[in-house]
Amino acid sequence: MKVLIPSPLLSYTRAADVEACGATLAELLTDLDQRFPGFRFRVVDEQDGLRPHVRFFVNGEQVFDLARPLQPTDEVQLVQALSGG
Amino acid sequence: MARNSRSTARAKAPAAPRSKVRLAVLVATRKGAWIYLGDAGRKAWRVSGPHFLGHIVSHLVLDPRDGRTLLAAAKTGHLGPTVFRSSDLGRTWKEAARPPAFPKAPEGEKGRVVDHTFWLTPGHASEPGTWYAGTSPQGLFRSEDGGETWEPIGGLNDDPEYRKRMGGEQDGTPDGPKLHSVLVDPRDAAHLYVGMSSGGFHESRDRGKTWTPLSQGLEVVGGFDAKNLAFHDPHCARICPSNPDRLYQQNHCGIYRLDRPSTSWTRIGKSMPKRVGDVGFPMVVHPRNANVAWVFPMDGTTVWPRTSPDGAPAAYTTRNGGKTWQRLDVGLPKSQAWWTVKRQAMAADARAPVGLYLGTTSGEVWMSRDEGARFSLLARNLPEIYAVEVAELSS
Repeated sequence: MKVLIPSPLLSYTRAADVEACGATLAELLTDLDQRFPGFRFRVVDEQDGLRPHVRFFVNGEQVFDLARPLQPTDEVQLVQALSGG
Repeated sequence: MARNSRSTARAKAPAAPRSKVRLAVLVATRKGAWIYLGDAGRKAWRVSGPHFLGHIVSHLVLDPRDGRTLLAAAKTGHLGPTVFRSSDLGRTWKEAARPPAFPKAPEGEKGRVVDHTFWLTPGHASEPGTWYAGTSPQGLFRSEDGGETWEPIGGLNDDPEYRKRMGGEQDGTPDGPKLHSVLVDPRDAAHLYVGMSSGGFHESRDRGKTWTPLSQGLEVVGGFDAKNLAFHDPHCARICPSNPDRLYQQNHCGIYRLDRPSTSWTRIGKSMPKRVGDVGFPMVVHPRNANVAWVFPMDGTTVWPRTSPDGAPAAYTTRNGGKTWQRLDVGLPKSQAWWTVKRQAMAADARAPVGLYLGTTSGEVWMSRDEGARFSLLARNLPEIYAVEVAELSS
């Protein structure tokens, strides 16, 4: 499925959108981390919580649960909200 | 000031002939890192950077065991914490495969999350590849593969008494509680010290398996019980390379010295001028003379501005183990300079005479080639500086 990547993570993917696979959001992140080592820990902490300024959208709907099922036709967007100066 | 070589988001390799470069001043800031490469005379400097532009870099440290491996503790405002490693003095960087992270908590329990790695210390000379990291919230981690993977040291992180002293995410300093001043006894790889802000100062003699408080004699804020280690706030501690039985500490409540095997600190800051006081962040020791140390006082009155007292920055040095102190401000602004120097933003080189380097909260790097007798500006217009280290490079 298509995953849209925000600019802070382009140093990993080198592309603003990439193809990745997984039956859940967690599996999708595992796939991304295997292909772009270090990617997952920058957006998900060691307790499997989303980092404070990280948001996932699946087909435009905001998702907080890494167990959220995904379909191959879904579009996943990763957003990072800038804060502070 | 340093001549600025071309700087882009991807750092350019320094243009200086490598054979002439002897020193590296490693500057970690709120918005990236810079490396100042100097000659043996400490007169000609070139800059490499920015590295990791936009990243909050808490510490950038060179491995003295090989003279060329760098570790950087970094995060951004919206990306999680990580450690980057370079084996070519910052020309290329590789991210840690497993950065410092707490263990996953059992189902139903709230686990701890590393917000940032705050402090990096190379391990003992006999243990190449070993590094220690202190984090916020407080945790101690060790790498045995040059910073590629990190393991939590459960003997400290998971000890129930130490968990109480560490407090939670809301405790400790304004930027979060920090484990810092990880010191390795140069005579014994198993003998470690750490500072906890807050939580006191502690030692281990078995590579971190067990820990003992070492906070006797340290004072706490008036009205609180000094027996409760959670009230103790060591800002920065150093072990003297020339006499590892001597330690100095800049604490929230004064400047102290400890001579082992004693376990009781002596407050040596009471001989500082009363109008300046003995509150500050950094502590620096001489590489060859354990009677010589430097501090950089700040205003710890009223609401704790943490600026230079009266807007007149100065280092202070003792050359007799803290009996007396001398003001060192030649070359520094005389007035209306409201910056200060954070706890790991002041360092000494090993040259003769010793060079001092300090990074300010307003983005300036000041240096002295003569043990603080005269300061000059090495760099300015950087972001807020969090850490300064100086290292000898391998030829």
